[in-house]
Amino acid sequence: MTNKIDTTELKPKDFQSDQDVRWCPGCGDYSVLSSVQKVFPKLGIKKEDFVWIAGIGCSSRFPYYMDTYGMHGIHGRAPAIATGLKVARPDLSVWVSTGDGDLMSIGGNHFIHACRKNIDLKLILFNNQIYGLTKGQYSPTSEKGKVTKSSPYGSVDYPFNPTSLALGAEATFVARTLDRDVKHLQEMLLRAGEHKGTAFLEVYQNCVIFNDGAYTDYTDKETKAETIIKLEQGEPLLFGKNFDKGIKIDGFNPVVVDLNDGVHSIEDLLVHDEHDESPVRSFIYSHMTDHPELPTPIGVFRQIKRETYDEAVTRQIEAVTDKKGEGDLESLLFSGNTWEVE
Amino acid sequence: MAQEEKNGKPIEQLNDVTVMFAGDSGDGMQLTGTQFSDTTAFLGNDLSTLPDYPSEIRAPLGTLYGVSGFQLHFGATNVHTPGDNPDVLVAMNPAALKVNVKNLKPRGIIICNSDAFDAKNLKLAKYESNPLEDDSLSGYKLFPVPITSLTVAALKDCGLKPKEVTRSKNFFALGLMYWLFNEPLEPTLEWVKTKFKNKESVICGNEKALKSGYYYGENTQLFASRYKIAKAKLPKGTYKSISGNEATAIGLIAASKLSKLPLFLGSYPITPATDILHHLSKYKNFGVKTLQAEDEIAGITSAIGASFGGSLAITTTSGPGLALKTEATGLALMLELPLVIVNVQRGGPSTGLPTKTEQSDLLQAMYGRSGESPVAVVAATSPSDCFYMAIEASRLALKYMVPVILLTDGYIANGAEPWRIPHVNEFKEFEVTQRTDSEGFQPYDRDENLARPWAIPGTPGLEHRLGGLEKANITGAVSHDPENHHLMTEIRAQKIENMQNSIPDLEVDGDSEGKVLVIGWGGTKGSITEAVNDARKKGMKVSRAQLQYINPFPKNLGDVLSKFDNVIVPENNMGQLAKILRDKFLVPVIQFNKMRGLPLKTFEITEKIAEVLGGKND
Ligand SMILES: Cc1ncc(C[n+]2csc(CCOP(=O)(O)OP(=O)(O)O)c2C)c(N)n1
Ligand code: SF4
Ligand SMILES: [Mg+2]
Repeated sequence: MTNKIDTTELKPKDFQSDQDVRWCPGCGDYSVLSSVQKVFPKLGIKKEDFVWIAGIGCSSRFPYYMDTYGMHGIHGRAPAIATGLKVARPDLSVWVSTGDGDLMSIGGNHFIHACRKNIDLKLILFNNQIYGLTKGQYSPTSEKGKVTKSSPYGSVDYPFNPTSLALGAEATFVARTLDRDVKHLQEMLLRAGEHKGTAFLEVYQNCVIFNDGAYTDYTDKETKAETIIKLEQGEPLLFGKNFDKGIKIDGFNPVVVDLNDGVHSIEDLLVHDEHDESPVRSFIYSHMTDHPELPTPIGVFRQIKRETYDEAVTRQIEAVTDKKGEGDLESLLFSGNTWEVE
Repeated sequence: MAQEEKNGKPIEQLNDVTVMFAGDSGDGMQLTGTQFSDTTAFLGNDLSTLPDYPSEIRAPLGTLYGVSGFQLHFGATNVHTPGDNPDVLVAMNPAALKVNVKNLKPRGIIICNSDAFDAKNLKLAKYESNPLEDDSLSGYKLFPVPITSLTVAALKDCGLKPKEVTRSKNFFALGLMYWLFNEPLEPTLEWVKTKFKNKESVICGNEKALKSGYYYGENTQLFASRYKIAKAKLPKGTYKSISGNEATAIGLIAASKLSKLPLFLGSYPITPATDILHHLSKYKNFGVKTLQAEDEIAGITSAIGASFGGSLAITTTSGPGLALKTEATGLALMLELPLVIVNVQRGGPSTGLPTKTEQSDLLQAMYGRSGESPVAVVAATSPSDCFYMAIEASRLALKYMVPVILLTDGYIANGAEPWRIPHVNEFKEFEVTQRTDSEGFQPYDRDENLARPWAIPGTPGLEHRLGGLEKANITGAVSHDPENHHLMTEIRAQKIENMQNSIPDLEVDGDSEGKVLVIGWGGTKGSITEAVNDARKKGMKVSRAQLQYINPFPKNLGDVLSKFDNVIVPENNMGQLAKILRDKFLVPVIQFNKMRGLPLKTFEITEKIAEVLGGKND
């Protein structure tokens, strides 16, 4: 990406296309759309340099609603399309919206390889734990035992934890947020947008039609203080209404401790370091979400600096060109063992 | 046959010869064959080669299935194939002899490494007695040579390990062949020097092995005569030997230069297409970006992304990979973005015969997608033609904003031939416009060819959305309108038909009307040409044509077909072109099909021509 330019004249409205938005009323996708439109002007990138790529699914309709360059591709392949675009055009800011079926199932291979290669893409996963567009089958992130039309007796699949998967695949930016916490959502979008390298942002998104309430524990005023823990760089892992609970590491396991029990103090708590080169610490707490007795972390799990794939490609081309000189077709044609016929 | 004396041994002059080098897959037969071809080409012979190797990299030593061969046909005239049957067989072990002797011409020459004919190797090759000692090879001219021990003796002072010494025995065989065919050692010696720069012992080993082989021929009484092949009368120019995959790679670079667009390749390794990826990966200083993707789907979809971004985008693969690219090919068609898909065909279906050739993906290329999805299909007819057809595929993709499938095959991809190198200024630059003017911009607007404008990200004011959902013509908005879908389906087909206006007419070799036309497509050109030439020599009247453009066909094809009483269609498949010709032109074509994984044999085609002509030579 080129250096930041002054784009203060850009407004959210400039990113709204003329198409009617056709998600179901109340769908969590709306808040992501409006948040993206609010965040884009803040990134210092020219409007024509944004490209939004998607696969197939409700969430993948996203590009039609953005007045940027965009492509609604095929199911699961958006990260690969975006990879080609970014490698060919490192000057662009390339974003992908994708669903839990799109990215974790049919597109799983492209996902892990985009993370591994550290291509400068923003992957926004709309995780509603269901196949929305195909009308409500269980997905690779649905909980075991989920009853849907394709699992009338309860699914027997163990789910993926997308954030753990991204960390395991060595993504250089990994974050999680909630569709209902608009402020946090926008903060995370901004952070993802500013990151250089594969930025993976998992959005817990409510599908009002086929999986309503999947995340209410995390979003309800009553419960969220106890069920959500916000990761803050350099800060101990604290949560609870009065921030009097924390997470301590016992062996490799995170456990909840009560800071009022007279035994534990803030010194005992795990301190978050998103810049840790090793993904191990973040991996441990990315799994907390699978344990009902532990709060679910949101925020930036990991953000490290590493040369991006597209930078490396450009660097290699420059180095070879420096050494060999710019390629000349005529001499290429006549290179090698040649002979003359008179 | 002209006779000439040299060093006391008569030299026989021949028009053309077919040689087969065969050994274990670790014996270096491919290298030996390539060196021999380069030298013969350098001497001014026309030539055609066929590397034939197992799909295992190092199959167990001495086994029948581990035999690797390199066949080449070289000579003065009518050299268009690697030859039906070898005149000379170089067999490095019993298995190589067993596999190849059945193809050898009667009275053909066999040179064998007699050291390798021990009990163990004979058993591995399933010989009950030693063929060098029993009478089983009496129909051939047999020359047993203790190649291993002679090589060991010659290389004793080079400072090589015993294993490295025996590995040089292929160069002894090569040296002997150079002597037999009266060819100079210098080109190979030069090659050794550059290839193994700073590895003195390896240079020493290869040089000594090569020379010992040569002097062995000179000094022993084994061979009564040696041979000289007349020079071919090739058009004036600078030549090099080129394989189809290399030609495809360079052709794509040329297309990138001619279009002034950066080249992007998204690909996943698969035999026999991988060499295109290898070659293009070398040319970073031409600005070429190669992405070794995680799978074939990512290969093509990354190329689609690059095409959206304004590159000349390519994906390369072979049959099973093309199957995986099916859905994305449909996407490129729907997006109306330029894309070149190179499919180097191999024996199928499934994993099939990875290292063998076939033409069996034509119907897949034509029809293998969901929905009504016409894409352009072109085919290369020889190794060097891959260069020109790679340029053509790119030109058509860019001009009509469509995916174009270029079909080559394992035989022309790996085979090599002398190529008169063209100069860059012999080619016309492509006219490519990327839209910059936002005034009146509509993403699915149409030019006179029905192509839509290419507006690439980064261009202010042209922000638009593409997608696999059906689009309204002109505006490009998502549309489920029945009439619009009908119209768009027709437009996508019409764009392909419109290409007829910018492709050449089909040329007929021979009379433009008559009793028999032999028509093929792609890589069978060599076999068909040789066969037709042979038939004419025998007095048969027959015409010939070879298709490079299949979707659309050349404008005059229907006309050409209608002028002949009989149309023979030889194919390396079960009759895929024949099916399409019948469908489009309602002509009762006569099929000739082989599915052996090998180039078509010329004599069989000649026989077919004779059969159709009723055996009468009129
Ligand atoms: C090749 C292919 N297979 C299947 C489908 C059908 N399909 C469309 S979207 C979808 C799953 C959508 O689920 P998700 O990715 O979670 O997106 P959501 O709709 O929930 O946002 C499926 C199976 C398709 N379009 N293409
Ligand atoms: S089905 Fe669910 S995910 Fe899809 S638009 Fe409706 S609410 Fe949103
Ligand atoms: Mg979903």
